[in-house]
Amino acid sequence: MGRTLAEKVWEQHVVRRAEGEPDLLYIDLHLIHEVTSPQAFDGLRLSGRTVRRPELTIATEDHNVPTVLGPISDPVSRTQVETLRKNTAEFGIRLHPMGDAGQGVVHIIGPQFGLTQPGMTIVCGDSHTSTHGAFGGIAFGIGTSEVEHVLATQTLPAYRPKTMAIEVKGELPVGVTAKDLILAIIAKIGTGGGQGYIVEYRGEAVRKLSMEGRMTICNMSIEAGARAGMIAPDETTFEYLRGRPHAPAGAAWDEAVAYWKTLRTDDDAEFDKVVEIDASTLTPFVTWGTNPGQGAPLGSAVPSPEDFADPVQRSAAERALEYMGLTAGTPLRDVQVDTVFVGSCTNGRLEDLRAAADVLRGRTVVTRTLIVPGSMQVKKAAEEEGLDQVFKAAGAEWREAGCSMCLGMNPDTLKPGERSASTSNRNFEGRQGKGGRTHLVSPQVAAATAVTGRLTAPADL
Amino acid sequence: MDAFTTHTGRAVPLRRSNVDTDQIIPAVWLKQVSRTGFEKGLFAAWREDPSFVLNDPAYAGASILVSGPDFGTGSSREHAVWALQQYGFRVVISSRFGDIFRNNSTKMGLLPVVLPEEVVERLQAEVEADPAKEITVDLDAKEVRFGDVAVPFEIDDYTRWRLIEGLDDIGLTLRHADDIQEYENGRQPWLPTTV
Repeated sequence: MGRTLAEKVWEQHVVRRAEGEPDLLYIDLHLIHEVTSPQAFDGLRLSGRTVRRPELTIATEDHNVPTVLGPISDPVSRTQVETLRKNTAEFGIRLHPMGDAGQGVVHIIGPQFGLTQPGMTIVCGDSHTSTHGAFGGIAFGIGTSEVEHVLATQTLPAYRPKTMAIEVKGELPVGVTAKDLILAIIAKIGTGGGQGYIVEYRGEAVRKLSMEGRMTICNMSIEAGARAGMIAPDETTFEYLRGRPHAPAGAAWDEAVAYWKTLRTDDDAEFDKVVEIDASTLTPFVTWGTNPGQGAPLGSAVPSPEDFADPVQRSAAERALEYMGLTAGTPLRDVQVDTVFVGSCTNGRLEDLRAAADVLRGRTVVTRTLIVPGSMQVKKAAEEEGLDQVFKAAGAEWREAGCSMCLGMNPDTLKPGERSASTSNRNFEGRQGKGGRTHLVSPQVAAATAVTGRLTAPADL
Repeated sequence: MDAFTTHTGRAVPLRRSNVDTDQIIPAVWLKQVSRTGFEKGLFAAWREDPSFVLNDPAYAGASILVSGPDFGTGSSREHAVWALQQYGFRVVISSRFGDIFRNNSTKMGLLPVVLPEEVVERLQAEVEADPAKEITVDLDAKEVRFGDVAVPFEIDDYTRWRLIEGLDDIGLTLRHADDIQEYENGRQPWLPTTV
């Protein structure tokens, strides 16, 4: 019987297999940031261990960094960033600090440098590591104990998750994006639907997505509970990688591409589970609740807890409506928003900024609007195209690179009760600041919402 | 890591689903570079509500958390495990866990126990009726016991052995350093390095 893509990549990385034990898996690339690494480096020092392969490791500063120029004013954040600098210097790890041309959100810079390639295993102490699976590798988030384990051994003991295919039939209609698709998938299978699985996204609509769109999809695999998400590499993948600083070159490129072309699920392979979704019926999608599965088409209304037969979902909906300050039956288009955030590892790439700029060109925002490039390279490329001028002319704030308002670890936060339309990945209670209320949206919907002050699609303008 | 064989203690019923790690420990607490002091941040936002179950003196000193489904979803922050342990929890029971949280727990010696949803709800109801009720979680026998009920739970034998022995994963892996070296010698030559 044939093998799935996930099985092929997994098998390629098994260092050791023994009956009754997890596989020992080799890790090709370890990404590091300031938040989940300090205790791991302390652990190494305490046990007298060292970093086995510093040249397969790269670090950046992203979660804590302010997105306005200047030093970090919060002394606790500053200490954390300084600790990363000290640790990476001590153990000989490449670091892209604040102000560096290569700095940015950890999941934006890996692909940008060409370090993320098909068939690789990639880990990071961050759940959105699943982003890198868009290139056809196995990429997943780990905790600090495992960060220490990878630093010390360049391996991880792990049981292979089950495999799930998400077959996306048909084509996405005009005006419907990768973000709408993944939000609809999460609403369909739920926040626990992918638990225990590696998901492979397949089908015509997925094949037609750019690498940026594929990264948006794989990024939010974790929001469906999956350990990892992946998409088989194809010409789109190869074209993205060609000529990037760390991509193979010359004869090595041809050899790599020949191998990458074998990285697809065999026709006779079987998945442990198959989910189908029809792309052609989708419309812009937004969340109304406090977990990413609580989403609905923008054209619908805030649901009533009574709509949910399952008592657990019903009480979750009740709690969510109370926290979100929403009334069942209110059209989602009538929901008033205070702040719009475009950015994050989900939607902070150049294509996302172009999409937002296309909506904002010649218009004016009525909300506080933060446009935060995912990396300094994205920022530079956007400025070369004049996107910064479009945003500024519309009244939006054009910022430096960082995680920004995706999570409340830096100065970009919501105030209690403040409501956002956000291109990030989590609408959890307090995620963007204590008491803040988050609606997850695509960059296009975010930009249109900034123009009207209510949840809005570009087609409504 | 703390070894875990059998634990008997009182429980707290947390009747919420999708308890994500942002709720367990809000991001502002993640700025610390040490491994201690996280108990103060455990469920920090929810504990501001006087009616939140952890504020009920009847459950003071409980060491087993019994939660609704999808506990520990979201962010990979191991700080969530540290916060639960440092507050005094040894066991979390739920019908489903976020994968990364569950992994992090077993690295630290906090035992995640998966029980069917109806058993979780029964346990919650019994604890609400009698907060002093003692519950035993027996990893050796893979069993949760309360009153005259004994419910089995699943955990893979390797993780169970590691928890019972309190073994350091890194030390175990380094026994196979030769295998790692051999694998490295055969890696595809075009794979990138960061230098």
